[in-house]
Amino acid sequence: MLRSRITPCLLLRDKGLVKTKNFKPFKYIGDPINAIRIFNEKKSDELIVLDIDATSENLSPDFSMIKKLAAECRMPLCYGGGIKNVDHAKQIISLGVEKVALSSSFIDNPDLVTDISSVVGSQSVVVILDVKKSFFGKYEVYTHNGQVNTKKTPMELAKLAVKLGAGEIVVNSIDLDGSMKGYDLTLAKELRNAVNTPISIMGGAGSLNDMKKLFDVCGVVGAIAGSLFVFKGALQAVLINYPSSVEKDNLL
Amino acid sequence: MIAIIDYGLGNVQAFKDVYSRLNIAATIAKSAEDLNNATKLILPGVGSFDHAMTKLDESGMRPKIEQLVVETKTPILGVCVGMQMMATSSEEGKLQGLGWIDATVKRFDSEKCIVLPHMGWNDVSPKSNSELFKDMDENIMFYFLHEYYFDACESSNIEATSDYGGEFTCSVRKENIFGVQFHPEKSHNFGMLLLKNFAEI
Repeated sequence: MLRSRITPCLLLRDKGLVKTKNFKPFKYIGDPINAIRIFNEKKSDELIVLDIDATSENLSPDFSMIKKLAAECRMPLCYGGGIKNVDHAKQIISLGVEKVALSSSFIDNPDLVTDISSVVGSQSVVVILDVKKSFFGKYEVYTHNGQVNTKKTPMELAKLAVKLGAGEIVVNSIDLDGSMKGYDLTLAKELRNAVNTPISIMGGAGSLNDMKKLFDVCGVVGAIAGSLFVFKGALQAVLINYPSSVEKDNLL
Repeated sequence: MIAIIDYGLGNVQAFKDVYSRLNIAATIAKSAEDLNNATKLILPGVGSFDHAMTKLDESGMRPKIEQLVVETKTPILGVCVGMQMMATSSEEGKLQGLGWIDATVKRFDSEKCIVLPHMGWNDVSPKSNSELFKDMDENIMFYFLHEYYFDACESSNIEATSDYGGEFTCSVRKENIFGVQFHPEKSHNFGMLLLKNFAEI
């Protein structure tokens, strides 16, 4: 039986690990290599690393850093941030990364998904859509750390991405980022019904029970979390953690 | 010495790291000369079938690899697309495969597998007495990431199966030629054990 995936997401800024809330205030978490080592020991299902400076500051991927992260990572790794062309994607895959994630570069140039997937294969191309709910309750996709509104819905962009060759769609709720209030299950369900590729949901996970609710609604799905796996307690002390295999079995 | 074949695709470093943790000597081979001392081979692979075949041809290592595998009978482990390349052909591409195992690579039936690609941790059922899956207890799981699968013509070549919209072959063996569809280099303890078992064959 294929399992749902429980995936920590690490955000990078200035080579350090940070955590955001609603994509804004940054809290320094520590050294990414150290975090990866802990997730290795805890046997996490997968790992996502996003360089949040790369896009907003129009930088290319930091290949030497990605190489170090990939070398350390004993589980499948997805990297996103600053990938703007096929060569970037090829190089990242060759460094030992399993999946490359596109976000604003997909919005700017949707055909890039086709170009990259024809070389690295669809299974290794992830499109991440950052989503905000408008005043009128409509879901809209944003880019550049939540600053630019594309005025498009995540469902229409997800369908387009899959049609062009994406192998996985991630929706990240800007409203719920860092809130630990639970996933947006309505958004998750709408996305599940919109595409026939694997999907992962990000933003809002505050407990393992929130993940269970997601699995109940979506079936086999990826549950991504940041705060849940880097903070402990009401004061949000930094403590990297991940469910044991018994805890995971209880969720599935 | 285990040689991990680096033709520009796949996670060669991850294999090297696993073997260094296991204290087993392994080297990354980038040219035919690098394969001279190889007693075992690992053929990784990520990406599309034709791209992988083209890259292998361009690497200049293919004749040497074929000589080692077919004539010298050096054990080889193909991983993911590296296993698929051992078949005669693939629905994903136009180029011929290496043709070491009588098989074709097919796309999962999208009516049976609603969600494609097959992505994540899935159960693996090896045949009894498999050397590759030796010492693994029950609940064997590996990480998969693919939408094409290896359809072996000879059931005697099937080493393990998994289930995704129906049973499919996820590991094969024909004499010295081994293949796994999943990613042992990224499958924690089971992956390490499989790579250790391959090293000890």
